[in-house]
Amino acid sequence: MGDYTAQEIYSILIMQSFSGVSLLCIYALMGMGLYIIFGQMGVINMAHAEFLVLGSYTMCLFSQFVTESVPFLANYYIILAIPLSFGIAFGVGYLVEWLLISRLYKRPLDTLLATWGLSLLMQQSFRTFIGARETSADLPEWLLGSWSVSEMIDIPVSGLVLLGLTIALTIGLVVYTKKTRMGLRMRATTQNREMTAALGINTKMTDRFSFAIACGISGIAGAFFTTMASTSPSAGTNYIVDSFLVLVVGGLGSLLGLFISAGFLALLSSILEFFMTGSLAKVWLYLVIFIVLMKFTKGLFSDKVRS
Amino acid sequence: MNSIQKYTDAGFAKLLYERLFKSKEGLIGFIILAVILLVILPLGLSPFRLNMAGKYLCYAFAAIGLVMCWGQAGILSLGQGIFFGIGGYCMGMFLKLEASDPVTTAIQTTPGIPDFMDWNQITELPLFWYPFKSFSLTVMLILILPALLAFVMSVFYFKGRVTGVVFAILTQSMVACAWYFIVGNQGYFGGINGMTDLKTLNGWDIREESSQYILYFVCVFLLLGCVLLSRYVISTRLGRVLVAQRDKEARVRFSGYNITAFKVFIFCFAAVITSIGGALFTLQVGFMSPNLIGIQPSIDMVIFTAVGGRESIFGAVYGALAVLSAKSAFSEAYPTLWMFLYGATFIVIVLFLPKGLAGLYHDHVKVWFGRIWSKSPIASSEPEVIPTITEFEKEVPDAK
Repeated sequence: MGDYTAQEIYSILIMQSFSGVSLLCIYALMGMGLYIIFGQMGVINMAHAEFLVLGSYTMCLFSQFVTESVPFLANYYIILAIPLSFGIAFGVGYLVEWLLISRLYKRPLDTLLATWGLSLLMQQSFRTFIGARETSADLPEWLLGSWSVSEMIDIPVSGLVLLGLTIALTIGLVVYTKKTRMGLRMRATTQNREMTAALGINTKMTDRFSFAIACGISGIAGAFFTTMASTSPSAGTNYIVDSFLVLVVGGLGSLLGLFISAGFLALLSSILEFFMTGSLAKVWLYLVIFIVLMKFTKGLFSDKVRS
Repeated sequence: MNSIQKYTDAGFAKLLYERLFKSKEGLIGFIILAVILLVILPLGLSPFRLNMAGKYLCYAFAAIGLVMCWGQAGILSLGQGIFFGIGGYCMGMFLKLEASDPVTTAIQTTPGIPDFMDWNQITELPLFWYPFKSFSLTVMLILILPALLAFVMSVFYFKGRVTGVVFAILTQSMVACAWYFIVGNQGYFGGINGMTDLKTLNGWDIREESSQYILYFVCVFLLLGCVLLSRYVISTRLGRVLVAQRDKEARVRFSGYNITAFKVFIFCFAAVITSIGGALFTLQVGFMSPNLIGIQPSIDMVIFTAVGGRESIFGAVYGALAVLSAKSAFSEAYPTLWMFLYGATFIVIVLFLPKGLAGLYHDHVKVWFGRIWSKSPIASSEPEVIPTITEFEKEVPDAK
């Protein structure tokens, strides 16, 4: 490192750790919807990645609509697009729970198969009704720029927005699960469905609402993934393994675990990708995860109450 | 039957008959399956279609493996593609070595090594390729490697009481890992293209029509052997412990059984059967690629099992044949429609037919037959062949 001054090394370090934090946010956003569906409700949603893609498509299509019909809003459409992708994913999730998941709460392995079928259906719907080609959103100018903290440190604005969004969603999620009536009902229902129902709580509606909210969160996460990658009907297959692993490594039902494992995965994958090609880095990343899970079979931070 | 009779020849044959077929119904089912595979299909199909049927039957091995570990023991594995791939790649590596002898590969920088190694600047045959120069060693590896890997993959997780759902997720990640491993090691395993241009097996051309005919029959005989072996395993006490722990794990554990050992055994057993299927697949199709063993093909194997009926070994064979034939019939003509249909199949099977084709048979066809011949042994043996009828209504204890 002889050629670099201390100042330069310092700035590289800052920028690299910021990109690491962005990766952490991506992993955490992938896992967040699953945290409710899988971690809290115990339902396996293999179509989870398709809800992310649904959010991405909402963002892309909305941005195309805005740039074509109301161009003067082009800089600010994101503010509308995020609630919209939440709403659409929420609606679809509500329908899915009503028609499919609600019949399968007692058969977790079967839910896995049924939702895999659902994910195939959703992928093919994207392909048929939206188009097989990759699309991406027209991002406003301000999001593509970067913020110069000092002469040498440039921090991308999209990364900052991503970080802000992750923090906001996390706070929202914690408040929702731990402080609201709905969150309390959700936790009660997952712990003991019959008892909760006996106490006069409408467990069916609680499940439906929790599932829909989780899908909505995935929709927001997916909307934000458009700032980093283009969207295609089968984009979900890139997310599905990673999102489940983040959750399993962290320990089901632990939000703190989710973040720590997202950090662990982000750190590990950026180190590995520095040394080897993309696919071999993936192999080693997964192998390390499998070995860690051999020791900690319940994940790093399992929820002690429910074990 | 008393214990002395058990050791006479006739007694042994009777015991074996009871173990393998349980009743006349099992024997008839087996004969029907054998007749369909050995007589009807070879006579009724063109050589091209017969080769396709042989290819589908390779997936039936995987489906039987899943009946054993998912249907019987409750371990859903979304990673059977790994084992299918081990068998397929072992066979592929043997055939590839034979296909790349120094004479045919004289044009390469290093003659005598597979072409993809030459393209990736590898100048020497890697050490782990040497066992694949011998056919007998290859066959042994096809049987041993999947068992070893399945052991390593499962023993720590089962010991740590990883539950069904999490284990399913883990096996899916493992198959993703295997996919990346093969794609990333282009020089050693041929990367995304896989093993292509496989020609001869010990000098015998496997691409000719007559040899594909023979390979089909080899495949059917091995498949029928696996069917019998699996039925035998189910009928032993081990098989009963597996079913018991599927339904009430804690109760069996407290009765003093070491559940980990049982689970690991059945997972390894399923892996070996699947691997045989993979090896036969490479022989009949003539190539092996990572896209045949990825996440999607592994879940396809689960759907064959689910369509056939997850507890029925005969059902697994019919399930693989039915789904794959439907796939080739529909996807050639209407690819879009096929994907919708396929996705819907998953949902319909799970919601309305959790026991698949075998369930249809037990609940409707057999009842109908029973009404016609009300005194036939088929109707009287009904309670015996449906071991746990209420199993799907019961709450699964290991949901969390």
